[in-house]
Amino acid sequence: MAGHHHALTRRLLTLAGLAVGPVLVLGVFFVLPVSGMVALGFWPDGAFDPGGVLEVLARPRVHRVAWFTVWSASAATLLSVVLGMPAAFALHRLAIPGRRLVRAALLVPFVLPTVVVGVAFRELLGESGPLGFLGLDGTPVAIIAGLVFFNVAVVVRAVGAAWESLDPRPGEAAAALGATPWQVFRTVTLPALRPAVVGAASVVFLFCATAFGIVLTLGGVRYATVETEIYLLTTTLFDLQAAAALSVLQLLVVTVLLALAARLRAVPDPSAHRAVVRARGVRVPDVPAVAATGVLLLAVAAPIATLVAGSLQTTEGWGLDNYRALTTTGDDGALLVPVTEALVTSLRTAVDATWMALLFGLVVGIVVTRRSHTRTERRVRSVLDGFFMLPLGVSAVTLGFGFLITLDRPPVDLRDSALLVPIAQALVALPLVVRTIVPVLAGIDDRQRQAAASLGATPWRALLTVDLPALWKPLVAASGFAFAVSLGEFGATAFLARDERPTVPVVIFRLIGHPGEMNYGMALAASVVLAAATAVVVLAVERLRVPSVGAF
Amino acid sequence: MTTRLRARMFAATALLVTGCSTMGGETAEAPEPSPSTPGAAEEAGGEVVLVTHESFHLPEKLVKAFESESGYDLTTRAAGDAGTLAAKLSLTADNPTGDVAFGIDNTFASRPLDEDVFDAFSPTLPEGAEDHVLEEGADRLTPIDTGSVCVNIDRTWFEEEGLEPPRTLDDLVDPAYKGLFVTPGAPTSSPGMAFLLATVAEYGEDGWHDYWADLIANDVKIVDGWEDAYYGDFTQGGGKGTRPIVLSYDSSPAFTVPEGADESTTEALLDTCFRQVEYAGVLAGADNPVGGQAVIEWLLTDEVQSALPTSMYVFPVSATATIPDDWAKHAEQPTEPLEVSPEDIAAHREEWLTEWQDITTR
Repeated sequence: MAGHHHALTRRLLTLAGLAVGPVLVLGVFFVLPVSGMVALGFWPDGAFDPGGVLEVLARPRVHRVAWFTVWSASAATLLSVVLGMPAAFALHRLAIPGRRLVRAALLVPFVLPTVVVGVAFRELLGESGPLGFLGLDGTPVAIIAGLVFFNVAVVVRAVGAAWESLDPRPGEAAAALGATPWQVFRTVTLPALRPAVVGAASVVFLFCATAFGIVLTLGGVRYATVETEIYLLTTTLFDLQAAAALSVLQLLVVTVLLALAARLRAVPDPSAHRAVVRARGVRVPDVPAVAATGVLLLAVAAPIATLVAGSLQTTEGWGLDNYRALTTTGDDGALLVPVTEALVTSLRTAVDATWMALLFGLVVGIVVTRRSHTRTERRVRSVLDGFFMLPLGVSAVTLGFGFLITLDRPPVDLRDSALLVPIAQALVALPLVVRTIVPVLAGIDDRQRQAAASLGATPWRALLTVDLPALWKPLVAASGFAFAVSLGEFGATAFLARDERPTVPVVIFRLIGHPGEMNYGMALAASVVLAAATAVVVLAVERLRVPSVGAF
Repeated sequence: MTTRLRARMFAATALLVTGCSTMGGETAEAPEPSPSTPGAAEEAGGEVVLVTHESFHLPEKLVKAFESESGYDLTTRAAGDAGTLAAKLSLTADNPTGDVAFGIDNTFASRPLDEDVFDAFSPTLPEGAEDHVLEEGADRLTPIDTGSVCVNIDRTWFEEEGLEPPRTLDDLVDPAYKGLFVTPGAPTSSPGMAFLLATVAEYGEDGWHDYWADLIANDVKIVDGWEDAYYGDFTQGGGKGTRPIVLSYDSSPAFTVPEGADESTTEALLDTCFRQVEYAGVLAGADNPVGGQAVIEWLLTDEVQSALPTSMYVFPVSATATIPDDWAKHAEQPTEPLEVSPEDIAAHREEWLTEWQDITTR
């Protein structure tokens, strides 16, 4: 009994030891800044006065804004899942030629600056565009389409990674017993995929609910979301009470959502078998999934094609002038650095953000998936799991200003640290990493680790031989994600980036913000370069793989 | 075997990470100590930090010249738009992130002034700059540049259509121009806000609501940002726009002169303009207030003032600065822009924006 007690204490200590690093980081870079900003609203003149905040929550406009945020984000999430599932299957389970390229291409929207995508969408949907007859410009439908465009890759990648390592044998057995493909999917595959699907959906929802640029660009001024409202209240109206009220509202909604998602993610048997499965050839029943993937690809490609076409347009017809200009500082030296140099900055920052996100993600993943022995332990793990998702659900404006007012004195005087940008980006990427690797980690049978341990393997070696082979693919997928998030991130970066070393999205924003014969074309060309760079890096990362260890 | 391979791969990744990381680059790119220039001011020295918005930009040559002449190392921290800058400065009033700030304009000036963000400093102003000093806060904020937000028209479009182009704000509600005007919205765009202020100045605090209702009835298109309006909807924006009237700047026509042509294809309507003036000030509690003062004096030199049009798309406040030829020829400044005082703006901003949103999203 005493021995058992001792073992339990050790387990909890190990858990705490592993968790302390990420928790500390999140505490300093998230909890502290956000509480600092919210406190300004609750203590307007130094005295506690929550009345102002509560009064804001009663405004009809706030209700309207909150309702629009929730329903548009929900619709976009649902659509992303419905469109993303067939593609996740086709691109991760079937041996379709060029699937790796397609997978990388689907990540491209993720890095495109929203300003540029907004203009591209409007060229398609606008009054004179090829889809103008639909009359969608400036409607919620356009906003939702934009949100899906940006986020469908999350579903494809996160669900695909789980699907890829799903043991096919239960499904095959069901089929052999006479189940139709649909029955197999519904009764065998879907339940096993549920943690991944719910995880991806919650990430997409958080991205959609906090989307900023795309809502403004595609919705015009007519539609405000909680995020755009916080920006307006903080920077234009300097109404910190109202901003704090909305931030608190946002946190509440996100917490409720995460609790709900955690419940939905739980599966009766988390130790469904994992295996590294070879992709198989396309069979007749796969045709709808492949066709759906094709349609999705076309839908994603259309706005990108508009961008590419625009970037090739010069004053004398078609040409590469805009691309050539990227190595210069623009018309009349409008840019501080050539885009080529900004690309180097972007890539370097992305490397930092990626290793940070992977490191934290792995630790968090291990902490939250190890089998719990008591209820309390399980509860602690599940709270931690949700905690690391929070940064996605909170306004970047609140966080950015929070940095300024809370990280301004020793020991944490970090306001001007070059590390702040990659750290902020890593926090955004962390939930994606966690959600991609956790379903797989949770699926590894703990008995394998126990077996390894009883054969004399150290915990480190057990991790290397048991976890890593199954984890490798999702880890690679997650690093691609993190990289793309970092390359495309604009909000926090623009707020924190020091002018001497702007990233590509910051440069693009500068180009498109001013009139000038070539500025618009150069902005488009820079976006295309950014997108291509992302695709190349993601493709290269996906080539890294451990030699196949085969099915167990 | 596989373990060794993995180990090797980790080593390679580690190498890659350290080689590519920003931290790896930090040491290599750390600013070299500036070579001591003979004649550099002896008492001056050290770092001076300029806090500004994302549109700030000056040629490197000028920055280098400033550094070698004054002996300071100039660090520029530029981020966010003008509103973000004003909020940032106000929030960090007791512990500023730099020594001097540039980019507070007349629409945002009163908030940081109220929060005592700036220390008093009144340099000798160049000729012409006197016209732009604030009524309140002149002792703390120095005018550096000015630019007006004006309705712009596509002259070629009106010529081809055989339609007389509009000239005034009144004209924009004329049914002859129905569906031709696009403007960024006031809550999301600084020129959009300036345009709302122009209508407040023109029609009064009680009259602008009706004007905007008429604009809506005349099918004005309201978009998020200036770039959406100009590149997305304006017929001269290079995209596929369909609207020949856009809200832009007085300097915009200088950028739409076709190669080899004498005249710009666009024109700013000078009776529709609201003038924005950008100011600089020394931050209260700065580590290097003297350096901050030197930066403001430098911003007022003819060299910097003359670089403003091409670097920041704005006009210098100094009458002795030279402006580029195409600006002199094609970008005309309004002589009597519409005005609303910074105090009025601060007192009514929220109310006006709320009412504006009610009218435009009705």
